Amino acid sequence: MEGMENFSPTDPMIPRSYRVKRKIRESHDTFTLDLQPDNLEEKTNFAPGQFNMLYTFGVGEVPISISGPMKESGHILHTIRGVGNVTQALNNLKIGQKVGLRGPFGNAWPIEEAKGKDVIIMAGGIGLAPLRPAVYSLFSQRQQYGDIALLYGSRKQEDLLFHKEFETWRGKYGIQVKVTVDTGDRSWKGNVGVVTTLVPRVSFDPSNCIAMICGPEVMMRFSALELTHAGLTEDKIFITMERNMKCAVGFCGHCQFGPAFICKDGPVFRYDQIKPFISTREF
Amino acid sequence: MKTLESVLIKHPFFENLDKPYLELVTGCAKNVKFEAGQFICQHDDEANQFYIIRHGKVALEICPPGKAPVTVQTVSEGEILGWAWLVPPYRWHLDAHAIELTRAIALDGQCLRKKCEEDKNLGYELLKRLLPAIGRSMEATRLQLLDIYGARD
Repeated sequence: MEGMENFSPTDPMIPRSYRVKRKIRESHDTFTLDLQPDNLEEKTNFAPGQFNMLYTFGVGEVPISISGPMKESGHILHTIRGVGNVTQALNNLKIGQKVGLRGPFGNAWPIEEAKGKDVIIMAGGIGLAPLRPAVYSLFSQRQQYGDIALLYGSRKQEDLLFHKEFETWRGKYGIQVKVTVDTGDRSWKGNVGVVTTLVPRVSFDPSNCIAMICGPEVMMRFSALELTHAGLTEDKIFITMERNMKCAVGFCGHCQFGPAFICKDGPVFRYDQIKPFISTREF
Repeated sequence: MKTLESVLIKHPFFENLDKPYLELVTGCAKNVKFEAGQFICQHDDEANQFYIIRHGKVALEICPPGKAPVTVQTVSEGEILGWAWLVPPYRWHLDAHAIELTRAIALDGQCLRKKCEEDKNLGYELLKRLLPAIGRSMEATRLQLLDIYGARD
């Protein structure tokens, strides 16, 4: 095609071709796509916290966080809640069908900064997905970190993601896993209440701790507040933001948030730096 | 063997409570145990107990008419159960049952009220400890109303 010779295969605006290798049903509206590059030479290289732009041909493109470990095979996992046109189209993809992928984009969770410290991972709903690569990364160098606690809240028991892995995380890696739901029936034997109520139930040294939070903004605000009540300073709390990301490279301005572009400067932000904007009414 | 007093002072609710007050409170205390599934209180029952949870987990339930009961909160080790013993008409506002084997210290509400009336400083001290717990519970309920996990996709 005329002009195509000018495009580099690494151009961040050009989607690369991937195929659905596997599809995992996580809950009634959430699924994980295991994507394999058409170019089998392509190696997946990403940092925990980064996202890709997934393109369903003829429908559109959405930013989706990477939710799995780094694999030699080049496979890459994305966990998606099917709520809009594009995410529903992703949900409708069959094994072997094509999807375009640009990325990875954005910055990463402070995995290096957390070395030698206790770590609190706090997630709400599908917010556990962008944190899971960080959890795997901590596990890969488990001895480098102190106490690790996962605090996870969800609406209902059936909405909990990755819960089959929790026992391994507890037993093999010795982390504290506390899960809560907003409401439960008699079959639920775990905690009921919002995720913030779990903070006093785990042990950590607030003077030597890093917290990573992911979930809806209101959940992250109140979680950060609870952590500061427990003694963490705001510069030790990191959250991941989500806005209307389109180009993913800081050109289009759709995801501008105060002085920052979420796609380029984030999505992970130190809480004290983003707090003035996240707590501004109607911002 | 641990005395009731030594257990109470280690519970976060009574942390740093002056010894004379602790002795007064201990005079209303007894150890209790609930098996998994056992009801601790039911809606509209007389609320004459204030529970200091030592171990285990308790579900607080509301039972909507014609529907299955819904657990709206759980309390566990280090937390408390019940404030209706303090304010008339001294009736429980919901059902509570142990989800797992639960050990607690039950404080007799009538006994505590009597001591609080006799010594207003003790009453004020207990209120200062009870109100933050009620406040935290109310804040958590507000967050539940916000449906805080719903927005991200």
